[in-house]
Amino acid sequence: MQDLSPGGAHVRAVHDEFHGDLLEVSMGPHHPSTHGVFRMVVTLDGERIVKLKPVFGYLHRNHEKLGEGTSYLGSMPYTDRLDYLCSMTNNWAYAVAVEKLAGLTVPERAEYVRVILAELTRLLNHTCLAGFLMQDCGCSGTPLMYAFREREKILDLFESLSGSRMMCNYQRFGGCRVDPPADWLARAQTLVDGYTAFLDEFEALLTGNEIVMARTQGVGCMSAALAVSAGVTGPALRATGVAHDLRKVDGYGVYPRFNFRVPLGAHGDVYDRYMIRVLEMRESVGILQQALAGLPGGPIMNPAAKLRGFRPKAGEAYGRIEGPKGEIGFYLISDGSPNPWRYRVRPPSFINLTILEDMCLGHTVADAVIILGSVDIVLGEVDR
Amino acid sequence: MIATLPPAESWLERFPLLVRDWITGHLPESLGWLAVSLLAIVVILAAFGLLFAYLTLAERKILGRIQNRPGPNRTGWFGLLQPFADGIKAVTKEDVVPREADAVLHFLAPVLLVAMSLLGLAVIPFGRHLLAANLEAGVLYFFAAGAATELAVFMAGWASHNKYSLLAAMRALAQLISYELPLLLSVVPVVMLAGSLSTTHIVDAQGGWTFGWIPHWHVLTPWGFAGFVMFMIAALAESNRSPFDLPEAESELIAGHLTEYSGFKYALFFMAEYFGMCGLSAMAVTLFLGGWQAPCAFLEFIPSYVWFTAKLLTLLLGFIWIRATLPRLRMDQLTRLAWKFLVPLTLLNLANAAFWSLSAGWSGPMHWVRWAIALTVVVGPFLLLGRALTAGVAPRTYRYA
Amino acid sequence: MLGSGILQGLAVTAKNFLGSYHDPARYTTVEYPEVKQQLPEAFRNFPFLVTENATDPMGTLRCVACQICEKECPPQCIFIEKSKDKKPDANGKLQIYPVVFAIDTSVCMSCQICVEVCPFDAIKMDQVYEIATTDRFDALLLNREQLAKPNEYFHQIHPTEAAEVDARLAADRKAAEEKAKAAAAAKAALPAKPAPAPVAKPAVVPPPTAPQSPGPAA
Repeated sequence: MQDLSPGGAHVRAVHDEFHGDLLEVSMGPHHPSTHGVFRMVVTLDGERIVKLKPVFGYLHRNHEKLGEGTSYLGSMPYTDRLDYLCSMTNNWAYAVAVEKLAGLTVPERAEYVRVILAELTRLLNHTCLAGFLMQDCGCSGTPLMYAFREREKILDLFESLSGSRMMCNYQRFGGCRVDPPADWLARAQTLVDGYTAFLDEFEALLTGNEIVMARTQGVGCMSAALAVSAGVTGPALRATGVAHDLRKVDGYGVYPRFNFRVPLGAHGDVYDRYMIRVLEMRESVGILQQALAGLPGGPIMNPAAKLRGFRPKAGEAYGRIEGPKGEIGFYLISDGSPNPWRYRVRPPSFINLTILEDMCLGHTVADAVIILGSVDIVLGEVDR
Repeated sequence: MIATLPPAESWLERFPLLVRDWITGHLPESLGWLAVSLLAIVVILAAFGLLFAYLTLAERKILGRIQNRPGPNRTGWFGLLQPFADGIKAVTKEDVVPREADAVLHFLAPVLLVAMSLLGLAVIPFGRHLLAANLEAGVLYFFAAGAATELAVFMAGWASHNKYSLLAAMRALAQLISYELPLLLSVVPVVMLAGSLSTTHIVDAQGGWTFGWIPHWHVLTPWGFAGFVMFMIAALAESNRSPFDLPEAESELIAGHLTEYSGFKYALFFMAEYFGMCGLSAMAVTLFLGGWQAPCAFLEFIPSYVWFTAKLLTLLLGFIWIRATLPRLRMDQLTRLAWKFLVPLTLLNLANAAFWSLSAGWSGPMHWVRWAIALTVVVGPFLLLGRALTAGVAPRTYRYA
Repeated sequence: MLGSGILQGLAVTAKNFLGSYHDPARYTTVEYPEVKQQLPEAFRNFPFLVTENATDPMGTLRCVACQICEKECPPQCIFIEKSKDKKPDANGKLQIYPVVFAIDTSVCMSCQICVEVCPFDAIKMDQVYEIATTDRFDALLLNREQLAKPNEYFHQIHPTEAAEVDARLAADRKAAEEKAKAAAAAKAALPAKPAPAPVAKPAVVPPPTAPQSPGPAA
């Protein structure tokens, strides 16, 4: 245990006056439950965490600098790769920023299609997240497989619309790239109609399960004050009881036309974060029903929008929407050239991750894994 | 009890004996006893080896179907050659031993684990005539051998010189200490009522039928049912199966004590897990499900070993089903479940069994009183302790903005 | 009661176990490679270059080496070298053509931006996906010859889009012809001069609908 020679220090004791020997474990970046290449350096007293240092950047791809070197249009496919579960909402947030910058309007039909796609993305993301979370809890893949079964159906829809399952690259400045094909809306309707039944079954498997409740209730509590001061957004913030949903606050797109509620938690623990997502999915199903029923005709693209030689006038703009993980925003400064002068992403999962240590202290290794899982991170977005 | 055999025993029932006698008949008289023992060992190894192979396949297939996917189906017809492909792969893979590991212990741990999990199978009566070693204290022997398996897990975790393995070793020890007690305590009523530690006697004590179709298995009594359920919970923990697979805990400790094992040693751990699972299930069948006894009198023509296998497979299926459904407990919850729930319940169950034994003579309306009291003693504490255990944990309702 | 949630969960898994044997909504596995999924029409993988005539693919590339796609390609996986000379294209019009047109598919991210920015409908998205190779450098760097695929093939994989493109091109061509005719007529009205009509309007032009005819059938 006292071998501190290089190469021999695999089990190094960290001495602490009060706790005796502490164990420092580097969880990740190749740990099965870190959702990619994330690393947590945890100091353990037995199995209890006394210190946790998150380390990220293993998937850094220079995303923002690339955005400055690429045309406005060229950054669109890169936004797919930020949070690769939610390419549609990333696309939308970026499109909103550019549309603000260039002063483009979006036809009504495109706004509806965007809402449909964003809510499908929310279903997809929250379903997967619940599956991943339960996998972290130690399920042998069953909830994850059910989640992926439903996710595949949504991805099939995305594929027949945009040509790609995950890297959709579908939104454009001033609308959407193509009109949905003939049978697409009917297929979407079938999926939406069946989704509540799936959620009921999924909840029957998990929500009332004593082990799930024991594992997740009272674990990883986040206070509303902490969440607000850290800039946490999305379901993680709403689980603490703060009613902040950009769909209501900003009312962007055509969201004000739809009737939906924002579920709020009270404890801010892992169970609340899980339940808020499940309840949000039920609201999303309602929004989808309304949007599919009310989808107007007309063009899907603003004819004034230029594809080639797109040069917004000098200025700056911040576009944000309520992504499944939280507020996803893009900040752009234009100097009138074809490339943005500054391209900045506000990644929700990165900002939500910053208070990981506050949530984990005093809990065990097993809890740290599910707390991390409940934050809902995608390393493509955290590291950019 | 052998004397109470039905006189017209079918040749199928005697078939294993006939084969044994035919083989030993070729050998000189002086070697007969050795041949009989060796034959038993070979048969157990072969049968459980094969069962292990196909249990892994069955688990993957069933897990697959539960998760709405086909499971392995590429190797051979319906994937039936998959276990052998896996075996070849495990044997031919490089065996990596960490430089810092304690090489001797690192090697010994899987060997010891497999050996210890196999030992228990010696005292299981697989059929009327199929028992490798008829020990007077068979039950005791079985649990002594079983307890050693957790030590081997600890050994593996400690010897690997890996932090995750070390945590797994700590967990394995805590689990061992917590779950040996309910496991043994849930067995004590059976031993008490049968008045013997011999597995054959315990099976014989469950023989016979009321009206010819209600078997006298222990599981059909209130204390026996409670004992069976608690035994199975403890057995899940004892064999490190989900939801008690904390030492392995893939999502937390990578692979726990298996992190630094590869190739055939890893396969041995896997094998030991399944042997342990089979052994404990076989013990549960023996103690609570009437061993090789047929469920109804008119079904007795089916050989006893078929009944035993059917019951064993049913329990193994239950193991797989539970694994497919439940998430893992946390360490403190695991030990709390053992000490605050299972241990008190098993102790109460002991008293309940004593009552059952003392009230055996009650008849007429008192018979129903006996059942009512016994059931109350099972259900009441279960509800009370269950409520205490899940205090502060409940489904929630949510408000909307 | 303790355990009711667990029993409920066990019921769900049992239902799924049985459902996987009879309910196609639960058992969704498609056993590739024996069964291949029907690709949606919009499916895209890597780009290819459209040629008008399968017998002379290099001579009838629609690409005029304008290099817009090269400039717009976000990961910059397209490399084009313009020709110094001009060759008649499928319509007989003299055009610059790409001497080198290479796409590094190991870099390409299938974003379809090259397709969207191309003003000549010369580059389109392919649907082949079984493209594994043993060489990760040269085998993934596709050259002009490997990229060129006939318009019929485009019709096969994206029938709707191809029909639209053909209609648009035909309309453009017709407009151009009418314009040329009008110009010729205007010229004829002016002092009669045997203008370079044969060059501007060669008789060898294949009927614009020619490549289209097998399309929808295929």
